[in-house]
Amino acid sequence: MTSEGHRTPLTDIQLRVKALQSVLAEKGLVDEETLDTVIDHYEHKVGPHVGAQIVARAWTDPEFKARLLEDGSAAVAEMGFAGLEGTHMEVKENTPEIHNLVVCTLCSCYPWSTLGLPPTWYKSTPYRARAVRDPRGLLREFGLDLPDDIEVRVWDSNAELRYMILPMRPEGTDGRSAEELAGLVDRDAMIGTAIVSPPSG
Amino acid sequence: MNGIHDIGGMDNIGPLEREEDEPVFHEDWERLIFADTIAMLGAGYFKTDEIRSTIEWMPPADYLNASYYEKWLYGLSALLVKKNVITEAEIDAGHSLGEGGMRLPPLPKEAAEFVMTNPVPASADVDVPPRFQVGDEILTRNINPTHHTRLPRYVRGKRGLIEKDYGVFPLPDAVAQGESDRAQHVYSVRFSARELWGDDASARDSLYIDLFDDYMDPL
Repeated sequence: MTSEGHRTPLTDIQLRVKALQSVLAEKGLVDEETLDTVIDHYEHKVGPHVGAQIVARAWTDPEFKARLLEDGSAAVAEMGFAGLEGTHMEVKENTPEIHNLVVCTLCSCYPWSTLGLPPTWYKSTPYRARAVRDPRGLLREFGLDLPDDIEVRVWDSNAELRYMILPMRPEGTDGRSAEELAGLVDRDAMIGTAIVSPPSG
Repeated sequence: MNGIHDIGGMDNIGPLEREEDEPVFHEDWERLIFADTIAMLGAGYFKTDEIRSTIEWMPPADYLNASYYEKWLYGLSALLVKKNVITEAEIDAGHSLGEGGMRLPPLPKEAAEFVMTNPVPASADVDVPPRFQVGDEILTRNINPTHHTRLPRYVRGKRGLIEKDYGVFPLPDAVAQGESDRAQHVYSVRFSARELWGDDASARDSLYIDLFDDYMDPL
């Protein structure tokens, strides 16, 4: 395996993918419609808007929130959002005392079925290297300067559990519907590199 | 293995770069290599830990320079060749030469839709007794296997606390070597930031990671 790595330098990547694709297709190992379905699913169907619905429901339905934090897998499945890389789910709640942050240092594990595919920065080596060692410094680069009296918990998702953060509900959102609240929740808040800002205006 | 992928805690890896309104895929070939990998995984040609393990064997300089989907291309190609599904000569030629032996039915569209939108448990449905209970203090083993493992270097030989038992899962170390029937309990284990990084770390902060029975001993 190692010798092959040296034999196939990463150049002319498009040609190499085209070549591999031709081999797989000619041999009938992959179904064209399946490929289109997979691409369409991750490009158009799942994404942070799914996780935002889970967060908004937790903010407006205390019983659901309790179930979500107790058994994330069951609560996510109950909403119909379980799936590949999002079946064994753990949801961690940010509070005024505790801030949670998710990383996968060994590869790029991420809850696909609730947040979609991860952004490039999450998969990058700088993020993976720094999140465990210097989470506070890393968060400052994201514009989040946490006071010393807040406890930071970093979750390195190295097994089959997939982690999502339940951010704090912002001030000034009393009486808003779950649908309105979902519109306030962005991806980074569910990874833990941001907080949810109060609505503007 | 002590590979370049085991990068938690390393310095000087470069700046963190973020793209505003980043698309899901940047290039057509990324869409294709992603979908090919999911389709071949779903058809049963390999397990996720096998492709992770393959990527970990990339030459380190290539690994650091490769984009995420370049790593997938490397992993899928090398793994399919290793398993004799296709051959290196066929990839070089860009078409089938009638070589390679392993054949499974391609993943149908309906099956792909199912696994993307329904629970797909990765856990093992076997009754294995746990070695640890919630509240137990543990010491992670100082192991340096040359095969795939999910015990990163930064957490070896450290004292932690069992926080939760997640149940029984196939041991990735074994799966990557083709033994998918070895299963153990996985636990959420808490380590203080100071235990991992010394007294410069915040006394309040902690790190949680998921560890198998084989990765730890009672303290």
